Amino acid sequence: MPAKRIIPCLDVKDGRVVKGTNFINLKDAGDAVELAALYSGQGADELVFLDISASAERRKTLRDFVEKTARVISIPFTVGGGISTLADIESVLRAGADKVSLNTSIVQNPEFITEASRQFGSQAIVAAVDVLQSASGYEVYIRGGRDKTELEGIAWCKRCEELGAGELLVTAMHCDGTRNGYDINLLKILSNECSVPVIASGGAGSVNDFVVAFNEGNADACLAAGIFHYGDIPLPALKNELKLQGIEIR
Amino acid sequence: MIGIIDYGAGNVASVTYSLERLHQKFVITNDVKILEQCERIIFPGVGYAKSAMEAIDREGVGSYLQSTSKPVLGICLGMQLLGEYSDEGDTTCLGVIPFHCKKFNQSGLKVPNMGWCRIHTNEESSPLFAGIPRGAYFYFAHSFFVPVTENSIAFSEHGSIFTAAVQKNNYYGVQFHPEKSAEVGEALLRNFIEIC
Repeated sequence: MPAKRIIPCLDVKDGRVVKGTNFINLKDAGDAVELAALYSGQGADELVFLDISASAERRKTLRDFVEKTARVISIPFTVGGGISTLADIESVLRAGADKVSLNTSIVQNPEFITEASRQFGSQAIVAAVDVLQSASGYEVYIRGGRDKTELEGIAWCKRCEELGAGELLVTAMHCDGTRNGYDINLLKILSNECSVPVIASGGAGSVNDFVVAFNEGNADACLAAGIFHYGDIPLPALKNELKLQGIEIR
Repeated sequence: MIGIIDYGAGNVASVTYSLERLHQKFVITNDVKILEQCERIIFPGVGYAKSAMEAIDREGVGSYLQSTSKPVLGICLGMQLLGEYSDEGDTTCLGVIPFHCKKFNQSGLKVPNMGWCRIHTNEESSPLFAGIPRGAYFYFAHSFFVPVTENSIAFSEHGSIFTAAVQKNNYYGVQFHPEKSAEVGEALLRNFIEIC
């Protein structure tokens, strides 16, 4: 069995980290490549970059960024944000990314998952699913959480797996930014019903949140952003603490 | 110089960046004449067994790989293709090491096997693992695996024990991705280049 993974997530625009970080020892806290190298050195198991550029040049800018990053770090990383064609995927994988995460594009065209996993292998295709809890269950949102869809979250995750996704990156929007912990109930259901790895996202605020997501939610990996960027929980300390709690961590 | 087989495998860029960090000269090629001038060959691989075998057969690289006496390192799918047969697409492979690649299909198992797995080496460890701590973690991303064979030199576990690395004569194969396995991965690539 693989060790449980800890995955810092960076929002990137035109090759720069968008959400603030407060690493005082970085020359340029906005330099995504430098931050990636720092996390890699601290023992991050993987990284996720979410590209929020909107320029006409975005594919080239993103490709350059991926190439620069892949030259520097030797751990796996995923790139997401606005990827909607096989050519987009090929561009970032050829530059050195290991996986792409697909969100809006697969809701609009579910067959895209199948086409992409046939061409690049399911291990390279991550279905990113943003859900918001409502009275009726989990509602799926697209376009960075702006647009509600008619899809139900659990069913959509299972459908993504059937169509060929190799991994599920599930963000609980109702937890995101609260630092009150991951949605454990959601993780439990997905871990039971899906046979591809599940990455928990949204809500990490304490070491215990990771412990519960792994031990009770059975998550295969936990993604977080703010707590790492602001240094609230340094990555090496988090990994040590999880090991002490008996969780298998690299 | 190191020859990297060019057949459209997904991880070629990452392999070249690792070799750059190790200050190694390399060429990405499917030209047998250029491969003849290399000291070592890396056979990378991310993709689908059937189309990968078709691609290397088309280029004539397949028969070259079967007959060369240079050290060859197959990575991930590149390792699986060194065997006789893969259930992925019911594919006849190069057959330089006797094994048959199968799919993880045990119920309750997460597939792909994705992430960092501990590996264990034999008592008399291969030069490929020289200086690498026992029980080190390497990065894996695969749905098909090589069962334990007499040529297995390292092992990992996902539902059952499977082959993490194989060696027969000049052929080496690793199921994990050394180019994505941080320091231990670079140490393994360095061993392949300097010792094997």
